[in-house]
Amino acid sequence: METKPRLLTVLDTVTVIMLLLATAMVFFYAPMEATMGQVQRVFYFHVAAGWVGMVSFLVAAISGVAYLITSDHKWDTAGLSAVEIGIAFAFINIVTGSIWARPIWNTWWTWDPRLTTATVMELIYLAYLMLRSGIEDPDRRARFGAVYAIVGFVSVPLTFFSARLFRTIHPVVIGSNDPGAEGTFDMTTRMLQTFLFSLLTFTFIFADLLWHRIRIGRLADRVEQLRLKTMQ
Amino acid sequence: MKPETQLATSFPKTSARRPGFAFFQSLGAVVWKDLAAELRSRELLSAMLVFALLVILIFNFALDLEPRLRLPVTPGVLWVTFAFAGTLGLNRSMAIEKDRGCLDGLLLAPVDRSAIYFGKAIGNLIFMLLVEIIVLPIYSVLYNLNLFNPGLLLVTLLGSIGYVVVGTLLSTMAVQARTRDILLPILLFPVVLPVILGAVKGSAGFLNGLEMLEIWPWINLLVAYDIIFLAIAFMVFDFVVEE
Repeated sequence: METKPRLLTVLDTVTVIMLLLATAMVFFYAPMEATMGQVQRVFYFHVAAGWVGMVSFLVAAISGVAYLITSDHKWDTAGLSAVEIGIAFAFINIVTGSIWARPIWNTWWTWDPRLTTATVMELIYLAYLMLRSGIEDPDRRARFGAVYAIVGFVSVPLTFFSARLFRTIHPVVIGSNDPGAEGTFDMTTRMLQTFLFSLLTFTFIFADLLWHRIRIGRLADRVEQLRLKTMQ
Repeated sequence: MKPETQLATSFPKTSARRPGFAFFQSLGAVVWKDLAAELRSRELLSAMLVFALLVILIFNFALDLEPRLRLPVTPGVLWVTFAFAGTLGLNRSMAIEKDRGCLDGLLLAPVDRSAIYFGKAIGNLIFMLLVEIIVLPIYSVLYNLNLFNPGLLLVTLLGSIGYVVVGTLLSTMAVQARTRDILLPILLFPVVLPVILGAVKGSAGFLNGLEMLEIWPWINLLVAYDIIFLAIAFMVFDFVVEE
């Protein structure tokens, strides 16, 4: 039996502490936004969750390419793990966004490019899992998963671009801003610190979860092999 | 039978000298095989066509297409129809290969795998275009709208290419899964969304007589999508049919 690596335990602890700290910063350190009030505080975790959702997608696509080149099953496990984490965080991103949008935009939902892209990304993740669940042969499942992760990853920027040709109302807090965006604000130093710390925290959560999930995947493979061996 | 003799005469086996020529020869053989099979059975086209007309019929009552509303919704109605009928055709075209063991036969043939992909994609594109060529005039007559606009036809062609390029790749994966009947639309629609968006907005631009300046971005989007996914499908198709 493989024991839990010490570094992983350290990472667990650090991540939990960082999450507690980030939550405290969001509620007590960051100042209240003047026009939007308390609801603006959702922004810190909203963007961070969206960031993890996108990073997962990138990791899944890279794992897909690596699997197709090497045919090494550890890349398949990594790709699947990234997709599973991505589904959860993209969902958190969408839900927190809706909570913010209700008072600010006066609607839970609008077909803005970022919202459209987030939804399509979530649907591609779900389709990826459905594709995998329909195939028994592990090699074929891994190959098809890799191909679909690549195709999905390439299509998402095009979806974003095509949806952007419509007018957008989503605020761009970082970088340039459209004059038509509603609910935008300028970040104070404390807000920026809270925001960057949330981003870092969520990146740590992602790394931690990914490590755990890959480890579980490898152990599941081992169990499967041992079972086949005893059955013979 | 006539198609068989044509198959033999139009693709003689004297190709080994020039590899490029051999590629196009095997590609042509795959396309011709699909067309010949369809010519005899007429299963695929008739199913796609009747389905397309049924979708339009349902839209007619679901959206109550009165004259005032027709123009703005026409591109959307047409592209939903093409997308649905296209899924039907793609699924069937690959399911036939899988069920009768033809896919294994194709893979055993000593030809470049990408020739098989391009052959299937061109075959699917021809079926989709045939359906569109029949549906567009019928729609024009039914709703008294002139759809014979060169720009609209160009957008339809570019959209169909994008749809088929991705669809052929994904349907090859879908038919090899246990859940193959329900899988293709789930895999295809989220990925093909830019094509639908570009085709609908591009068609709407031409139908409403907008200036080219406003339509170009959509045409560029469609062309970019077609090229990017043609390249990707070309690169990954080998992994999708590997045994």
